[in-house]
Amino acid sequence: MNIDLSRRSFLRLSGAGVAATSLAAMGFHEAEAAEAAHVRDFKLATMTETRNICTYCSVACGVIMYSKGDLAAGEKAELIHIEGDADHPTNKGTLCPKGAALKDYVKAETRLTHPRLRRPGSDRFEEISWDEAFDKIARAVKDDRDANLIEKNADGLTVNRLTTTGYLAASATTNETAWATWKVVRSLGIVGFDNQARV
Amino acid sequence: MTNSWTDIKNTDLVVIMGGNAAEAHPCGFKWVTEAKHHRGAKLIVVDPRFNRSASVSDYYAPIRPGSDIAFLMGVIRWCIENDKVQWDYVRNYTNVGYLVREDFGFQDGMFTGYDAEKRSYDQTSWEYELGEDGYVINDETLTHPRSVWQLLKKHVEIYTPEFVENVCGTPKDRFLKICEMIGETSSPTKTMTSMYALGWTQHSKGSQNIRGMAMLQLLLGNIGVPGGGMNALRGHSNIQGLTDVGLMSNLIPGYLAMPRETEPDFATYMSTRGNKPLRPNQMSYWQNYGKFMVSFMKALWGDKATAENGWGYDWLPKLDIVQYDAMRMFNMMKNGEVNIYFCQGFNPLLSFPNRGKMTEAFSKLKLLVVMDPLATETAAFWENHGIYNDVDTASIQTEVLELPTTCFAEDEGATVNSGRWLQWHWAGATPPGEARSDVWIMTQIYQRIRKLYETEGGKAPEPVLNLAWDYADPEEPTAAELAMELNGRALTTLYDATDPTKVVLEAGKQVSGFGQLRDDGSTMGACWIYAGCFTEDGNMMARRDNSDPSGMGVFQQWSFAWPANRRVLYNRASCDPDGKPWDPSRVLIEWNGEKWVGPDIPDIAVTAKPREVGPFIMNPEGTSRFFSRKLMRDGPFPTHMEPFESPMANPLNPEMRGNPVARVFPDDMANMATSAEFPLVATSYRLTEHFHYWTKHNYVNAVNQPEFFVEISEELAAEKGIKKGGMVRVWSKRGQVWAKAVVTKRIRPMICDGKPVHVVGIPIHWGFKGAARKGFGPNTLGPFVGDANIETPEFKAFLVNIEPASEGLA
Repeated sequence: MNIDLSRRSFLRLSGAGVAATSLAAMGFHEAEAAEAAHVRDFKLATMTETRNICTYCSVACGVIMYSKGDLAAGEKAELIHIEGDADHPTNKGTLCPKGAALKDYVKAETRLTHPRLRRPGSDRFEEISWDEAFDKIARAVKDDRDANLIEKNADGLTVNRLTTTGYLAASATTNETAWATWKVVRSLGIVGFDNQARV
Repeated sequence: MTNSWTDIKNTDLVVIMGGNAAEAHPCGFKWVTEAKHHRGAKLIVVDPRFNRSASVSDYYAPIRPGSDIAFLMGVIRWCIENDKVQWDYVRNYTNVGYLVREDFGFQDGMFTGYDAEKRSYDQTSWEYELGEDGYVINDETLTHPRSVWQLLKKHVEIYTPEFVENVCGTPKDRFLKICEMIGETSSPTKTMTSMYALGWTQHSKGSQNIRGMAMLQLLLGNIGVPGGGMNALRGHSNIQGLTDVGLMSNLIPGYLAMPRETEPDFATYMSTRGNKPLRPNQMSYWQNYGKFMVSFMKALWGDKATAENGWGYDWLPKLDIVQYDAMRMFNMMKNGEVNIYFCQGFNPLLSFPNRGKMTEAFSKLKLLVVMDPLATETAAFWENHGIYNDVDTASIQTEVLELPTTCFAEDEGATVNSGRWLQWHWAGATPPGEARSDVWIMTQIYQRIRKLYETEGGKAPEPVLNLAWDYADPEEPTAAELAMELNGRALTTLYDATDPTKVVLEAGKQVSGFGQLRDDGSTMGACWIYAGCFTEDGNMMARRDNSDPSGMGVFQQWSFAWPANRRVLYNRASCDPDGKPWDPSRVLIEWNGEKWVGPDIPDIAVTAKPREVGPFIMNPEGTSRFFSRKLMRDGPFPTHMEPFESPMANPLNPEMRGNPVARVFPDDMANMATSAEFPLVATSYRLTEHFHYWTKHNYVNAVNQPEFFVEISEELAAEKGIKKGGMVRVWSKRGQVWAKAVVTKRIRPMICDGKPVHVVGIPIHWGFKGAARKGFGPNTLGPFVGDANIETPEFKAFLVNIEPASEGLA
């Protein structure tokens, strides 16, 4: 059921000041149309709408994000509002106290914005560049792998196992992130590999 | 979930035990409300606390944390005694008639083959008796003393209502009322659904809790039917997907197994995975294992995987032990055996037990890399926050890299809900500052390590250099590219096996389902159960047609559900042996004389004739199991085991502590308490206003639940002189926390083994970062031991003590 006139597109149409006659053409009585014509512009009418899924629990409620700016068109997009997706079969537009405050998470003051390094014994983080961060990681992992990868076990069988580097993966990321992560982690021989399903 | 959230509306009875859906999964719980209103369904809640689910239930009973198996075996016993059994289902679709080996036995709470030194069973005797034809012997009369049915009856005999009352603290009249309500769903036209979560998994015998309910559901004929099933209400938004894609120490995507070092080559690896049927005519679908494994290897190594090199088998790491699970890694870390650790969107300092041990472990690392959208406690484990994180910063030599990642709003891709729906989402916001996607970060790490191997050489460079990385932009694969790999495609043109002139699929085309995957290297597919999610018709996960013509909550055109877009697993069992739906008013599929048809995708070959092929096609028996053979480490039937820290001895065997085969590291055994020292039972829980340790970063949620507390009964408060809202200290053998006391009627003392048992409820949501007040969590206190099969920590039942504390402390 892809309804032709969703609640939101109706709001957008009417809020954007469509003439009463066209509302009448949509099947509304004149009095209602006249009233609708006086309603001020719907605040979200100029926003870009994006479908998403709540990032918290695995009820996986549908949400609609409203942004100023269209990311898909290459613009900078600022998130303004998130609401439940009324078309979603599971949540039918409702959200719980967590989901209703999703925007607060996206815009939390404690969001990380810069790669940072804490040096041994130090009491603070310092900002570093992505390049510095990646060079440090690549060097450390390569050195650890070269030093500690178990290529063959005591019986001389190839085992290519690395136990001195480990990896915990994020179960709020996508399947696609998961697959890219799996490839990189296992190609290095890492066996200490888990996600939140373990707890 | 075997079923889906929207299917819950089809049920007649909801049992919430081992979860608290109204509080933790509120928008999914709406389908319980729907069933109550429109079908007259009833809701039973069994929980140590009169929680928010209990407050809207039709019937509630308390239970002592960690005694669920006794309760469930008691219900099974009652159903058998009162003939509340869906006999047509049980006789035809389960293994009740199969004979078990003569040397199998059970005594003093233990099965045959226990080795105390190894903390393990020799499982040889836990197996069927096979006939000369190689098939398991079936006694249709169910009278043979070694039939599964007779063994089951004997196994549950001890779980009388009196035994249940004594062990669980559940009043006998409440237990019996629940038995009666559950027993009604043995009717072929009545169904019950089980909704559970961490309340069942976070025990040293969590898997057996779930088996207990699964067996009860089989007895009642409630698996595979609309409104029935075993429904795990999973936590994070993609915890299902991360498990499907095999991001666990022992997994390959699609629930294939990481090879062991006892399997030196591909042929040996495959030799134990033939999955020959154990009964005539059965599909035993895992016979296709090789097709899925070879297609996976082609996805992983591309052209480098050949038949000659065992599809690149040597390049996969080989396990020397069953699990390098997270707790083992933290134990190794504490022993100085781990140098580098990555935490991607994971905050283990707050989520794994014995926080003191966790801090010690992280302090031994050379490098900790944290990738997260938020500032986590784990990334800041070295910061001193007074009593909330009392560490000596200067002495901690670990280097910590904290990398800012995007969150859901800034990222594209699929997440898998509890009901196995792969739902695509799109990015709609610009990431803050320099935050980047996890895929980009992983790619940068990979490309730089790869470059080092290319320029410097090094140890075993092949797996790094041979990894397939065939993306349009090798610096940043797109979500669509990765999703298409998960689906799989033909590498060469595929021809029909019976008619070689007929093209099944052109080279380069996406497969339409896992039936097209092959074991000769002509197909690739990273995760066979996802085949069909991104086909030549496009991205099936992005579908948004929310029509439901059958009214059964199936939503076939909404997103994509694995496997094969099937919405209810085992749905063949929703029909009688002749293929007629048990309940004509609730139809998922039915046999029309030629094939299976209906609103859902049949969980059987569409032309498989009734009475020939059993409904449980993944099992070599074709039936489902009351007796689980060697598949679980702690027994083929669930048996009552106490938590490792318990207020009473196990009545089946007073010498037994916890789960006799659960892994316990030496230091941790010494850190386990007895009830003489710590008389109170602690259990962790979640609040509806918070999600784990994220929402405390949000102002709104922090206002709604600003402060850490513990919840106790009025009786315990009076006994200890604790005031409502007063400050208390709670301590275990491993640590201590300070909290506000919430004194409620929601928790009441229970009488177990003749003595009162007090419960202390401890919510999980506080730490020392974010917008909420600083606080603690139960992981400061909990024991470092996990489930014997899958190593999920025992957070739901351990011992503590409590006393009033001075207000100035916290």
